[in-house]
Amino acid sequence: MQLLTPEGERVAHPHFDIDITPDELRGLYRDMVLVRRADRESNALQRQGQLGIWVPLLGQEAAQIGAGRAMRPRDMAFPSYREHGVAWCRGIDPTELLGIFRGTDHGSWDPMATRFHPYTIVIGNQCLNAVGYAMGQRFDGRIGDGHDSADAEATVVFFGDGATSQGDVNEAFVWGAVYDAPVVFFCQNNQWAISEPMERQSRIPLYQRASGYGFPGIRVDGNDVLATLAVTRWALEECRSGNGPVLIEAFTYRMDAHTTSDDPSRYRLADELEAWKLKDPIERVKAYLHRQQWADGDYFAEVERESDALAARLREYCQRMPVPSADRMFSEVYANGSSAVSAQRDEFLTYLSQFEQTGGER
Amino acid sequence: MSIMTYRQALRDTLRTEMRRDPDVLLLGEEIGVFEGSYKITAGLLAEFGEKRVRDTPIAEEGFTGAAIGAAMLGLRPVVEIMTINFSLLALDQIVNHAAKIYGMFGGQARVPLVIRTPGGGGQQLGATHSQNIELYYAFVPGMKVVAPSNPADAKSLLLAAIRDDDPVLFLENLALYNAKGEVPDDDTPGEIGRAAVTRPGRDITVVAYSRMAAVALTVAERMAQTDGIDIEVVDLRSLRPLDRETVVDSVRRTHCAVVLEDDWLTYGIGAEIAATISDGAFDWLDAPVRRVAMAEVPLPYAKTLETAALPSADDVTTAIRQTLASVGRRAGKDIP
Ligand SMILES: Cc1ncc(C[n+]2csc(CCOP(=O)(O)OP(=O)(O)O)c2C)c(N)n1
Ligand SMILES: [Mg+2]
Repeated sequence: MQLLTPEGERVAHPHFDIDITPDELRGLYRDMVLVRRADRESNALQRQGQLGIWVPLLGQEAAQIGAGRAMRPRDMAFPSYREHGVAWCRGIDPTELLGIFRGTDHGSWDPMATRFHPYTIVIGNQCLNAVGYAMGQRFDGRIGDGHDSADAEATVVFFGDGATSQGDVNEAFVWGAVYDAPVVFFCQNNQWAISEPMERQSRIPLYQRASGYGFPGIRVDGNDVLATLAVTRWALEECRSGNGPVLIEAFTYRMDAHTTSDDPSRYRLADELEAWKLKDPIERVKAYLHRQQWADGDYFAEVERESDALAARLREYCQRMPVPSADRMFSEVYANGSSAVSAQRDEFLTYLSQFEQTGGER
Repeated sequence: MSIMTYRQALRDTLRTEMRRDPDVLLLGEEIGVFEGSYKITAGLLAEFGEKRVRDTPIAEEGFTGAAIGAAMLGLRPVVEIMTINFSLLALDQIVNHAAKIYGMFGGQARVPLVIRTPGGGGQQLGATHSQNIELYYAFVPGMKVVAPSNPADAKSLLLAAIRDDDPVLFLENLALYNAKGEVPDDDTPGEIGRAAVTRPGRDITVVAYSRMAAVALTVAERMAQTDGIDIEVVDLRSLRPLDRETVVDSVRRTHCAVVLEDDWLTYGIGAEIAATISDGAFDWLDAPVRRVAMAEVPLPYAKTLETAALPSADDVTTAIRQTLASVGRRAGKDIP
């Protein structure tokens, strides 16, 4: 499913066409440019020793912005760990992502206020949690009866091609299906799970798996923000109307390393990356905006300035993030505290204070 | 003898065993083309091919279960689980199947399976990726759990594990991979279930395994200088079977003990060792057994907090001084 070719030409589709205003398309372009810039800057900050690790989204901007912008405020998102673009759409400032990568924080956004769950690193787990949440949406009557309505809501869960091999994900498919849970399973097939290619995970295209579980699956050009937006909107409407779940396979490419600890030249050819560069998610929108005369040089320069400012803000913010104090680790063990943990904290602080007196290093 | 790293000792041993026995094969995520997340399997795909070095899908329960099946039919699979944390996804396969098949099938099927997996915090990998949960497996009859602390033991215990007819969890440690040491050239397997006195001493027994056994040796050398005390280090090497005799024997000579572990205190391996000492050396003890463990919190990601939460050499030193003080045989300088 594609609505905008890599060359920036608009193509029609019988089921999923989309009416897009110049304003909306400029918005999507701006989103993608800014999240890419935030991603590149964070990657650089890791290289400079300012972050412990970074997980790049480079190449997956359209998949994430398309999906993120299809969501309404009440819809819930469960990300894995690469969904910085979806975070952006949920109103989470890129600075808020830095804490978990610098190691000063465990996530600073309120998942219920933003409807964006914290990142999950154990592969596949969030799919089960998302299905549980979506079942709750259904049992609480928060979905429409046969049609979408303004106050209806649904859930989108994000995971990778590699995750589809995990038992948790397959169990989530089963549960989502038998409970008609309003959940969109959004798989970003970026072709790689660290060093393991798609062929190691599946014999058939991933979207085809859905039929075996009893719900629709669709593959979309994940580098086409319009197509991803259109398909995710449709899938969310299905879910909010009570026809969920839906599996979307966003066919895309991880253009950078798995994380900053990885070196992809060890396992994949540079040619592959070159081929995917021709399908860049941002370039095609830029070309189309140009062609339609929906944006001019001034507009692109303005977005560029904005992204420079964002990068500067990220750098500046990163350096002044406070180092958490030692008692912090005892404050988040039990929701309502525990006397045993408090006693441990007191003992620990007393122990530390001895070193302060002697000036020794622990 | 050759000097090599813990990583190299593991890699060479895997290669030796694969050359020796065509039934030995490797399975795991990223172990082939990528040569393992920690590069233990470097060069093995090139030498032995895809048939014997298998990159698996991301499905820990799946490939552990498949390896159990292969083991039951006589192969000797060595599974790599990227870190021990992900073994939690394979818990049912390990605990309910690998460990019980021999007994529940009336001895009709054996499971000569090795699960190699590193534990260890301190790498800023966050709470779900930094645990030391070997205890979960050491708890289960039918399992064997070994935990070498140096390159020589890494070799001899891996040889033993691969040749063993029961499932063995082979615990590695992220902080040990670059540790260097002498490794014997011959391929004699070690004995699973035998602890080692890695440093004889008169004043106090320190019991540990894996990374903490290496820390114990460093502390012992240092305190010989700073405090003039002679510490005996017992490296358990195997958690199940557990060599209680070596522990008890040592404590009967030194009359006091400190137990180190890299995980949580409550219900931990330190508790088991303390009980062992209480059973076997109560009348010889001059002080309560002290345990050094990590803070009982999910391990924080922040570097400062992570360092604070994990047991350090200084924590060990303090515990030793406190124990000796309570014995009234203070040998050091100031007791903090
Ligand atoms: C249960 C579990 N096993 C293994 C890992 C190690 N690991 C981290 S990311 C990853 C690859 C995931 O690939 P994919 O699902 O395609 O997502 P992508 O990283 O490509 O976005 C692996 C194996 C993990 N985090 N959790
Ligand atoms: Mg992937």
